[in-house]
Amino acid sequence: MSEHLLDAKGLNCPLPILKARKALKDVPSGEVLEILATDPGSVADFQAFCRQTGNELVEHSENDSVYRFLIKHTAA
Amino acid sequence: MSTEAQIVSNEIQDTAGEAPAAAPETKSMTIIVTKGSLDWAYPPFILATTAAAMGVPVTMFFTFYGLPLLLKELDLKLTAAGNPAMKMPMMGMHMGLPNILTAIPGVDAACSKMMKNLMAKKGVASLEDLRELAIDAEVRMIACQMTMDLFEYTLDDMIEGPELGGAATYIECATQSDINLFI
Repeated sequence: MSEHLLDAKGLNCPLPILKARKALKDVPSGEVLEILATDPGSVADFQAFCRQTGNELVEHSENDSVYRFLIKHTAA
Repeated sequence: MSTEAQIVSNEIQDTAGEAPAAAPETKSMTIIVTKGSLDWAYPPFILATTAAAMGVPVTMFFTFYGLPLLLKELDLKLTAAGNPAMKMPMMGMHMGLPNILTAIPGVDAACSKMMKNLMAKKGVASLEDLRELAIDAEVRMIACQMTMDLFEYTLDDMIEGPELGGAATYIECATQSDINLFI
């Protein structure tokens, strides 16, 4: 379990992204934010979000319809 | 050189002479918001908040029926009239509404209520919340002065934040922007 966790389960587009952006601000550079979501669209969206913002999508996986993303805060 | 080619050439030279305002990879976006029904209000605010979250500066220009989206109190409604694509999931199927039924008093209000309930159930943000998030994300909002006059609104009727402007204000902003949407 990561130190920084965002539970975005049950939220629909674009809320998981908006909340992740907000949460990342409180994650020190180099540390990882863990995000849990149930929106299937968030898989493509978090990849696009990371490509655009320069943060690193370390890992993403799915278990029992819950998507888990690990985003390393690497952007300025 | 043709006139058109000359203009393009001049533009290239103009651009080359200017120092970039921000990092070269920073793109910006503008959205012209022209519609204020519950369903049409969503796309501009979803795109504006998401772009802002992705580091894209956003300007929204509210004109005609988009302008009331800046009112302090929102009471958004929709109508199925003239919209054969609007089919709501009901009783295990998707049901539309014949135009003639939308003319019955209370039907539009009931449809709007149903849509809001459905959105809440599916975890879709309320428009009020999205608008708040857009303000938090420093999305620039311009209220069309002409529409303010036309529909007799003043800035006192509006939420805090929007500035007044006209077509020229928007065009100036659009010329400096990479993505310009009309919704």
